[in-house]
Amino acid sequence: MALNKVWVYAETNGDKVTTATLELLTKAREIATTVEAIYAGTAGDAVATQVGEYGATTLYVVDPGATLPGQTAATAIASLVGQHSPDAVLFVQSYDGRDAMARVSVKLDRPVLTNGFTLTGDDKLTFGTAIFGGTVLVDAQYTDASVALIGVRPKSFTAEASGGAAAAVVAVETGDAGRAAEATVLERFEEEQTGPKLEEAAVVVSGGRGIGAAENYKPLVEELAKLLKGAFGASRAIVDAGWVPYALQVGQTGKTVKPKLYVALGISGATQHMVGMKNSDNIVAINKDGEAPIFGIADLGIVGDVHKVVPALIDAIKAKS
Amino acid sequence: MHVAVCVKQIPDPAVPGALNADHSLKREGKLILDESDSYGVEMALQLVSAAGDGEVTLISMAPNGEVSGLRTALAMGAAKAVLATDPALAGTDALGTAKVLAKCIERAGGVDLVLAATESSDGYTGTVPAQVAELLGWPALTFAKHVEIADGKVTIQRQTETGYDVVQASLPLVVSVTAGVVEPRYPSFKGIMAAKNKPVDQCTAADLGLGDQVGWSGARQSITNVEQAPARQAGEKFEDDGTGFEKVVTFLETLKVI
Ligand SMILES: Cc1cc2nc3c(=O)[nH]c(=O)nc-3n(C[C@H](O)[C@H](O)[C@H](O)COP(=O)(O)OP(=O)(O)OC[C@H]3O[C@@H](n4cnc5c(N)ncnc54)[C@H](O)[C@@H]3O)c2cc1C
Ligand SMILES: Nc1ncnc2c1ncn2[C@@H]1O[C@H](COP(=O)(O)O)[C@@H](O)[C@H]1O
Repeated sequence: MALNKVWVYAETNGDKVTTATLELLTKAREIATTVEAIYAGTAGDAVATQVGEYGATTLYVVDPGATLPGQTAATAIASLVGQHSPDAVLFVQSYDGRDAMARVSVKLDRPVLTNGFTLTGDDKLTFGTAIFGGTVLVDAQYTDASVALIGVRPKSFTAEASGGAAAAVVAVETGDAGRAAEATVLERFEEEQTGPKLEEAAVVVSGGRGIGAAENYKPLVEELAKLLKGAFGASRAIVDAGWVPYALQVGQTGKTVKPKLYVALGISGATQHMVGMKNSDNIVAINKDGEAPIFGIADLGIVGDVHKVVPALIDAIKAKS
Repeated sequence: MHVAVCVKQIPDPAVPGALNADHSLKREGKLILDESDSYGVEMALQLVSAAGDGEVTLISMAPNGEVSGLRTALAMGAAKAVLATDPALAGTDALGTAKVLAKCIERAGGVDLVLAATESSDGYTGTVPAQVAELLGWPALTFAKHVEIADGKVTIQRQTETGYDVVQASLPLVVSVTAGVVEPRYPSFKGIMAAKNKPVDQCTAADLGLGDQVGWSGARQSITNVEQAPARQAGEKFEDDGTGFEKVVTFLETLKVI
């Protein structure tokens, strides 16, 4: 038996619904009879079309103005839950998603289950997460029947359209968010992005401390990524060292990626890094230490110096094209 | 300015984790200051010193009376600590933790600013700071990679998927900071000696008026299954003899990536 009604907090980049949101809608469709979405922003109609394609029939829209959208959405979600009693509200474990789920949890005095990556329906929702760097899987359930608040890591499910019509837009009042509404966005800065997005690329090439220096990132990691029409990423070690921006970090505290091919250059394979990439279809690792843990999950491992192997590889690929 | 910093004391992350029979995290042995929180402590010390007056109070919850992580942060320069500690706190989830921390912040009194890390190393729910803010009825500026205070207003650079937003609100409020926002100082020998005598105000869940809202019952969830994740099989490994790149080329060709 499926759940009756599951909601998804929908997030966007500009007018485009994020892939992680579409993943949640796809899962929601599988476990519930009715899927609805909540969105805080001004692109309601565009969002209604996109979430409709992934199975949502209603889109509740709240205008956050210049406030942080997650915080404002929380006020709306909490009052909507009171009116419509969904079985569950799913949030992406993102920046705004965490703001939203945290505040909803307090407003409804409901614990929130975070970092989920499996969800099964039936008449009771079972939530699965991974601990200890993804080595141990834990399933949990609420002990009572009230609404489930769930945070899910991106890439946990595959987004598949259902071809549904645009969701019916229902505008809802912002409600009184109290002093939370004081947080005002003054300006937005987009970091320049070339090539495909890290979370969406079919190929990801990441560099770690083993590349030796900041200036080696471009000729080794970026260059190889470009040749493979992929995105480039990094381990936290080189983000903390200031070699590359945080937006490139893959792992527990960075992005989760699941490309067809992940190439790790000079990365040891700490559990916190592997959490973010070990579900890639194929993994190639180049590391000069034959004992590096990354080799334990690599489909192809080259024990060697990135400064020798990678330039030769780049030349060979160039020669072929 | 009175800045409260939430600091979590956690088992050494270098030691592989294990679960107790009741599925709670094994927290035997010494707990240490979560490295993620060292950034909040440093940020607080810098903000107080820039303000010219005030002090830094640490806020922590740990079931077993642990203070060694707090001593590290006191040695960095925090003035005092409030520690909620009580066996009844074992199994407390993020919401329960936030309730405890919010009560401790009220207990500290006259707090203008609360700092926390965006996520803890062992729990990493990333929800506690915004939950604390909601409980206190304050704004939260989350995921800050840069923080400034002027004229009673806090302005941060908030990490986003594609860059950052500049976000502002007035004190009092909660800010969660990312790793790397500042460079944490090492405690000096003098700091370590002084930390031994700094006050740690210990209180129980009952002292905070939170008897049944914490611990396993407050978490209102049960663990239904625990199992080892299927291990990914390692594939082939080659020592590079100058031809390693050819192996990669062949592999990329079979994947049709090139
Ligand atoms: C709470 C917490 C969260 C974390 N979150 C993340 C996260 O999200 N993402 C993340 O990546 N890390 C994370 N970490 C950090 C993680 O534990 C590791 O410290 C980090 O991943 C190591 O990065 P690295 O592999 O680049 O560096 P190192 O571990 O130093 O490895 C460098 C590797 O390069 C190899 N090497 C050196 N020279 C060469 C050469 N010339 N050619 C080839 N190989 C060479 C070495 O053999 C070594 O294996 C987290 C840690 C904690 C505590
Ligand atoms: N038990 C605790 N004691 C003190 N601070 C905590 C505790 N749990 C969480 N925090 C704070 O909240 C942040 C986020 O935690 P989490 O939501 O678990 O990822 C941590 O980095 C701390 O700053």
